[in-house]
Amino acid sequence: MDVIKVLEAQQMKAELPKFNPGDTVRVAFKVVEGGRERIQPFEGTVLRRKGSGIAETFTVRRVTYGIGVERTFPIHSPRLEGVEVLREADTRQARLYYLRERSGKAARVKEKRKQYVKG
Amino acid sequence: MPKGILGRKVGMTQLFDERGHIVPVTIIHTGPNVVVRRRTKEQDGYTALQLGLGEVKERRVSKPVLGQFAKANVAPTKILREIRTEDVSGYEVGQKIGAEIFEPGDMVSVTGRSKGKGFQGGIRRHGFSRGPMSHGSKYHRGPGSLSPRDGARVFKGRKLPGHQGAVRVTVRGLSVVKVDAEKSLLILKGAVPGPKGGLVVVREIILARREKV
Repeated sequence: MDVIKVLEAQQMKAELPKFNPGDTVRVAFKVVEGGRERIQPFEGTVLRRKGSGIAETFTVRRVTYGIGVERTFPIHSPRLEGVEVLREADTRQARLYYLRERSGKAARVKEKRKQYVKG
Repeated sequence: MPKGILGRKVGMTQLFDERGHIVPVTIIHTGPNVVVRRRTKEQDGYTALQLGLGEVKERRVSKPVLGQFAKANVAPTKILREIRTEDVSGYEVGQKIGAEIFEPGDMVSVTGRSKGKGFQGGIRRHGFSRGPMSHGSKYHRGPGSLSPRDGARVFKGRKLPGHQGAVRVTVRGLSVVKVDAEKSLLILKGAVPGPKGGLVVVREIILARREKV
């Protein structure tokens, strides 16, 4: 394996949280406040996943008090504690930028229908 | 003991530091360097360290150069460069040096040959402003006036379109993030001139500390 990949592999997470654009997730991100570490949750819809390898990031959007807030997290960041999927979505696009222009009921994404195993 | 080494640029990536912040890094493969000659004040009029990097077949090296390797009793190397230093004590001819001479936190300068950009216009090469692209304008990306009206000639040093890149560039003030002596890798924070595989010279520098106001 080439040198760069080996170096990156040392910091990459072996197991990544599985989620896709459109999913509603709760992100647990560590923040340092006055010398104390705590976990700050951020809940919203995944707009996109971007990049590959150690540079992969994802963007989560939520609307609080009428104001849209988007945060981008590096997926391999040691400060990213975990991603909990609250709701899976069925989307036609990989990048859900159209949600920015919509509000209320229009800004929803279709929920993924559960697949039932026969028998 | 001054620190300096020859290496090849492997490429760039990013790493997380202990605070979880992203650090852009360049990886440099330092081979093992071998000290081929020590230049001293008494003998040569200046002090420097002559380092060799890489392997080369003996028949590829000219006889006069081969003689220099024979004198040092080392195998011929592909690259032979001198690094000017004030003090060559601590280094012996034939000694192998690698990435381990550096420590994380060291400040270094990196010299290399920048990527060639070919013939470039004034906008890219010197940061000239461009004219309007529309509204009837016929002046788009030209260099503008070359001199004042009563200049009557073009002054020397006038910035104009021309060849850009492929020159020797030194970047100062990079810091060593990590050292992997086993794989002879040097990991520096920031970008380094030249293409992947390009020869670079990494030297330790002491930055003057800025006084706090």
